[in-house]
Amino acid sequence: MPAVNETIETVRSVTEGTYKWGFETEIETEFAPKGLNEDIIRFISAKKGEPEWLLEWRLRAFKAWQAMSEPRWAAVRFPPIDYQDAHYYAAPKRRPKSLDEVDPELLKTYAKLGIPLREQEWLAGVATSPDGAPRAPVAVDAVFDSVSVATTFRERLEKEGIIFCSISEAVREHPELVRKYLGSVVPPADNFYAALNSAVFTDGSFVYIPKGVRCPMELSTYFRINAKSTGQFERTLIIAEAGSYVSYLEGCTAPMRDEHQLHAAVVELVAHDEATIKYSTVQNWYPGDAEGRGGIYNFVTKRGACRGARSKISWTQVETGSAITWKYPSCILQGSDSVGEFYSVAITNNFQQADTGTKMIHLGPRTRSTIISKGISAGHGQNTYRGLVRISPKAVGARNFTQCDSLLIGDRCGAHTVPYIENRCMSAKVEHEATTSRIAEDQLFYCRSRGLSEEDAVGLIVNGFCREVLKELPMEFAVEAQKLLQISLEGSVG
Amino acid sequence: MLKIEGLTAEVEGKPILKGIDLTVPTGEVHAVMGPNGSGKSTLAYVLAGREGYAVTGGSVTWDGRDLLALEPEERAAAGLFLAFQYPVELPGVGNATFLRTALNAIRRARGEPELDAMQFLRLARERLRALSMPEEMLKRSVNVGFSGGEKKRNEILQMALLRPRLAVLDETDSGLDIDALRIVADGVNAMRGPDFTALVITHYQRLLDHIVPDRVHVLVDGRIVRSGGPELARELEREGYAALQAQAA
Repeated sequence: MPAVNETIETVRSVTEGTYKWGFETEIETEFAPKGLNEDIIRFISAKKGEPEWLLEWRLRAFKAWQAMSEPRWAAVRFPPIDYQDAHYYAAPKRRPKSLDEVDPELLKTYAKLGIPLREQEWLAGVATSPDGAPRAPVAVDAVFDSVSVATTFRERLEKEGIIFCSISEAVREHPELVRKYLGSVVPPADNFYAALNSAVFTDGSFVYIPKGVRCPMELSTYFRINAKSTGQFERTLIIAEAGSYVSYLEGCTAPMRDEHQLHAAVVELVAHDEATIKYSTVQNWYPGDAEGRGGIYNFVTKRGACRGARSKISWTQVETGSAITWKYPSCILQGSDSVGEFYSVAITNNFQQADTGTKMIHLGPRTRSTIISKGISAGHGQNTYRGLVRISPKAVGARNFTQCDSLLIGDRCGAHTVPYIENRCMSAKVEHEATTSRIAEDQLFYCRSRGLSEEDAVGLIVNGFCREVLKELPMEFAVEAQKLLQISLEGSVG
Repeated sequence: MLKIEGLTAEVEGKPILKGIDLTVPTGEVHAVMGPNGSGKSTLAYVLAGREGYAVTGGSVTWDGRDLLALEPEERAAAGLFLAFQYPVELPGVGNATFLRTALNAIRRARGEPELDAMQFLRLARERLRALSMPEEMLKRSVNVGFSGGEKKRNEILQMALLRPRLAVLDETDSGLDIDALRIVADGVNAMRGPDFTALVITHYQRLLDHIVPDRVHVLVDGRIVRSGGPELARELEREGYAALQAQAA
């Protein structure tokens, strides 16, 4: 029966044309006053009980930011953002000390989003995958506006020496690690949005996997924007020591509103010798309505450093939400024989815009990278793949393979591919393939003649188009991502 | 009962079907034969509701229902199945996923419970065995990299799973070697019964040695010019379409 209910639910949300994560939680919230200045940064730092060095770090980033201007090279259009007209800190007033004290409203919110925060619910099989089977437990850090409200399975993970907590807690409890790595992959003044994040970042996750440890469960962070007129400035840092392995997944949603809200994140990954970090994103921020009103501006900087030999960082992203996505999860392939991967599905429907891709910076010998990008445009959506493959003179024998496929639905959308290739090494091999296609009439008719509705047919064809990327997602999430693709394309045909 | 009356249709403004009258009583298998360009495939697509095949006159009813008023997926739910002459490739879509999605869509429309992955797999394996097809066919992308014969057998597999009450087979025999032809024919014959009605469209008599029709109709230049029993197919094989074409012209 659960499978049937699930299907009914999917069909309902498709036909009603709703973003079903668009509700708002009524909860007492504490805000920083609107605006952005040194006092606000001091306010945030004080709220988090940060040491002096971090406050100084933030203030330096703020100075740098003030001297910078928004990047204009991306193929996205939006009116000027008034950075003074937002709250840079918003947090539920009642803050739990332990999992048992989490505000019932928040528990309800996360239950509604399909993320049980009580460990026993995972263990009791309350969390089910769409075919009704109980899921393997997943450790969750739940970030609500500017704060982490709960992190599950911490004790279980601590037994392996793994640290999984909010970045705010990490600053207090593991300052030496944070100080060593924060900003080491994405320097505070890296770019306009990274500098802004470095000045005002609030919460996000911290992961530390000790030497030789294989993390026994999926780690995940669920980001929720709830409060009005706020921005969310997530900061995530993942460190994998030599020979370790971790698979991490982030998800995100926000209420439906007419205003645009800014999500400017910085994510840094560090992989030492023979370590592997698999980082998956299912980005489902509110995309705005069919007329292009509202929606999240998702301007994020994600970068991983493969510092050690034979280390590997793999990014997989499914980008269905946000009014505008500006995002280039990248790999710095420093260690010899290190491997970088980028698997991406980006959908733009209605008036959504996406300018996304990756940078693969080959520094070490025999470094390898793979880029598979699938862009789908529907409605008036504009979808750009922008990627850089740079091979330095020392990256002897480096290899890259890039494949960019675009699928167009309807005749008012656009797909663009902008690859940059800089090769300074004679022995390197770089391949780039690109295709652009439409969903063919005969494919639609074939599916419909078998009883599939036009929406289901498009969903099936699009999922087929994205299969190479979706198969990189952890199993349970792949099923959800497939449904999400279909829901995101509702109303795009006919 | 399938009842086609005075059916006219055009493709890109060009009249192709010029007044077809054809009745297939429930439980019977009828063959439609004809030379190239006579409108056989157009008739198949019109019955299934393909865009671009514009009906300009006449009617088609299936058990009293106006078939032409239905969307392609509604026709499928009403029990219609078209086996394509050129089955379409769906890259990245697993055959099992496709079949299960289609089967569940039709079961849903019929008010039957959907099958979960395990139930489906059991059913699919059983049907595969009956058609002497390897299970590996379920794992491949729909029709991608299939040989001509595999594509046709995949159509028959779909029919065996979806269990239509009205099947239209559009030149299912083209491109088949004799072994594949027998498998396809066995698949169709296994479905025959008082509730299974079929229109077998073919250029050659060969398929009709294996699927013996109750009636044979000859389509020339958009019209049925002759109807008869199974012996008509053999006569055409012997004498060709030329005489009938001359008559029609």
